[in-house]
Amino acid sequence: MSDVLDRPEAGEGEGFKSVGTRPIRPDGIEKVTGRAAFGADFAMPGMLYGRIKRSPHAHARIVSVDTKKALALPGVKAVVSGADFPDLADELVEGGEAASSMRDLAWNVMARAKALYEGHAVAAVAATSPAIAEAALDLIEVTYEPLAHVIDVEDAMAPDAPLIHDHIFTAGLDETPKLPSNIARKHQFVRGDVDGALGAADVVFEGRYTTKAVHQGYIEPHACVASMGPDGQGQIWSSSQGHFMVRTYCAKVLKLDISDLRVTPAEIGGGFGGKTTVYLEPVALLLSRIAGAPVKLVMSRDEVFRATGPTSGGVIEVKLGAKKDGTITAAEVTLKFQAGAFPGSPVGTAAMTALACYDIPNFRIVGWDVVTNSAKTAAYRAPGAPISAFGVESAMDELARKLGVDPVDLRAKNGARDGVRAAYGPTFQNIGFLESLHALKQHPNWHANLGPNQGRGVAVGFWFNVGGESTAAVHIGEDGTATVATGNPDIGGSRASMAIMAAETLGIPVEDVRPIVADTASIGYSMLTGGSRTTFATGMAVVRAAEKVIENLKARAAKIWDTTPENVEWSAGKAYCLDTAKGEQKPLTLKGLAAQSARTGGPISAEVSLNAQGAGPGFAAHMCDVEVDPETGHVTVLRYTATQDVGRAIHPSYVEGQMQGGAVQGIGWALNEEYIFDAEGRMENAGFLDYRVPVASDLPMIDTVMIEVPNPRHPYGAKGVGEAPIVPPLAAVANAVRDAIGVRIPDLPLSPPKIRAAIDSKAG
Amino acid sequence: MPHVVAMGGDVAQFTGGQAEFDVGAGTVAGFLRELEARWPGLGDYVGARMAIAIDGEIFQDADGAAIGEASEVCLIPKIGGG
Repeated sequence: MSDVLDRPEAGEGEGFKSVGTRPIRPDGIEKVTGRAAFGADFAMPGMLYGRIKRSPHAHARIVSVDTKKALALPGVKAVVSGADFPDLADELVEGGEAASSMRDLAWNVMARAKALYEGHAVAAVAATSPAIAEAALDLIEVTYEPLAHVIDVEDAMAPDAPLIHDHIFTAGLDETPKLPSNIARKHQFVRGDVDGALGAADVVFEGRYTTKAVHQGYIEPHACVASMGPDGQGQIWSSSQGHFMVRTYCAKVLKLDISDLRVTPAEIGGGFGGKTTVYLEPVALLLSRIAGAPVKLVMSRDEVFRATGPTSGGVIEVKLGAKKDGTITAAEVTLKFQAGAFPGSPVGTAAMTALACYDIPNFRIVGWDVVTNSAKTAAYRAPGAPISAFGVESAMDELARKLGVDPVDLRAKNGARDGVRAAYGPTFQNIGFLESLHALKQHPNWHANLGPNQGRGVAVGFWFNVGGESTAAVHIGEDGTATVATGNPDIGGSRASMAIMAAETLGIPVEDVRPIVADTASIGYSMLTGGSRTTFATGMAVVRAAEKVIENLKARAAKIWDTTPENVEWSAGKAYCLDTAKGEQKPLTLKGLAAQSARTGGPISAEVSLNAQGAGPGFAAHMCDVEVDPETGHVTVLRYTATQDVGRAIHPSYVEGQMQGGAVQGIGWALNEEYIFDAEGRMENAGFLDYRVPVASDLPMIDTVMIEVPNPRHPYGAKGVGEAPIVPPLAAVANAVRDAIGVRIPDLPLSPPKIRAAIDSKAG
Repeated sequence: MPHVVAMGGDVAQFTGGQAEFDVGAGTVAGFLRELEARWPGLGDYVGARMAIAIDGEIFQDADGAAIGEASEVCLIPKIGGG
């Protein structure tokens, strides 16, 4: 079931012809027929096949890497290890989701001196066949000195923990410590007198919660082909969330000029934040430079799990103070996040979002970023926010029980609204949090009766959404159809929304617009696709480019009518002459103007680059009904309802898909997914058989309700929608299980053994 | 004069613990210059590492954004996403 509140039908109210409609997706046929070319599908003549040799140790000094035997194997054309890569300074570069240290990025791409996690790349080979490359890996002799390792976040924070880096001195403290540690950074957000307010509260609830590292779980493994010519000109074909990001990072890691690299995006088979950095591309480029031939590198699923970023496992401690009437007066939140082998967990954004749904006068939020001997974490959909929300929303559920109030009413009473200053700083405007919350109670699922062993949980979530740098070009063909080119890989339907916005602006049918993703040499710079920014920011560039085209068309019509452009109006895809001195003129269609473009000034085209500001934040409210099998501990999700402030839905089906997808990933995080390590720090479940993500047969239809509170800073009111829906599900599911079995399980995932143990402890 | 609230603790390391202050500036670029003049290093740090919310709207890398005489300016860590 799906619904939209507060939105007129397309063509009514706002008068939109295309915005808000559900045309067939432009990439649909290619994907369902298997013709879409993903990262691993690309090939070149004379291409070599690369393989990566990876550390079997979670933490080890690399004593030596001997490649002689591998190089002697017939068919092997190149072998590289850390010594072949340039040493980089600790320079912060904006390119991916946040500023990254190029030294750390390069070290993550290829280990040097130490291997920092099981699966860390230590060498790579390129050969004339995959089999030869595989055989060559065994001939690369790496001598290790194994070191003590640490993966658990609190173990890593202990003073006597194995030290992973000797250059990390905790940042964010009043005084820089004299000794290095695994604690990279402290984040802190404080307002008011939290201790005083907690002391004066009528009711205080305190809870401690934990989550495990989970992977983004994209179906398509990382893959690329790289070709470096003898003239120093390189090309890369790869699947990522940002080919400009790939270009920037590869240029930095290999000390190349950006203009010497051209990156062409492949179709992407899922990213969810995990493809906002590079792993293979610099290695393939270096192998190609040495071998003098293109090199293809494709990860196995095993490699994806062991060597690419999951998100953090974390500890969340929450203390809430309230009056008897349910007014929350104080909150204290402490977050401890695994960063993996290098600093940069999402604990900062977790801290900023932790209380963003609420208006709480006194709070202290502290976050700790902690390095561990596991793969460097990468962004995962609303990075960090689901983890802190799991703690806060679980505690909110318990506070509601303690106060004896409805969980939705408690959240509404303390909920963010226009004019409320967010816990992370700014004052909210044009937000639809309360509307999203109230929509839960208006949904039929709210009134569904619960049977034995069944329970209901509610939780809410917030994500900022961002804008940023984007470029778009609109080209009009000789027949009046349009091509829209952008620099953003389409990971969630952006081509469809670009086509709709261009069609709406130009006043032509959406079927007449063909959206494409252009390579780095064919379109201006665009930040990667992430942060729920593309429909908002790149969409803004598309609209501005279409508006420039219209100005161009009006000038051409003016030439034809021998008048000024001010005397021309553009409406519904046609130019109208307003110059009464010219008599009645038949309107000129886009097709007509395009057909005579040569006579009026040449091709009709416009490109716009901008840095979009004014992204509206997203709020989501979810409700989950579960049934727990008391004998097996298995949880069945009976009903799931997701409501969200979506701004204006440009293509409602895609918006619903984002809401459903976020909910499903969150359900998997809550119930099944976790990294399991053995005593040596090696991952034990690096495959989809043992690391179980939910599949369609595990779940009911995810019901969605889109709340449309348009963003006034976007031409069509768009807000980002891709991240907010993964924030509430962890707690929504956990709260439902708590309701069903009568006991709180504070540690994710809620796997059957944990549930059985909780039921037994209650009975005992 | 625009009132500034700094969140997240980073700014306090430059200001000696001060998290709220007034800075006269009509644009983000002018604001950053004022910060740099008052606390050397802070203007560059904010320009590179932080977002600036002006009257509730978040700006990232937007030197030309206008700041009103009575604006509330909030400094927050830069935001990315997945």
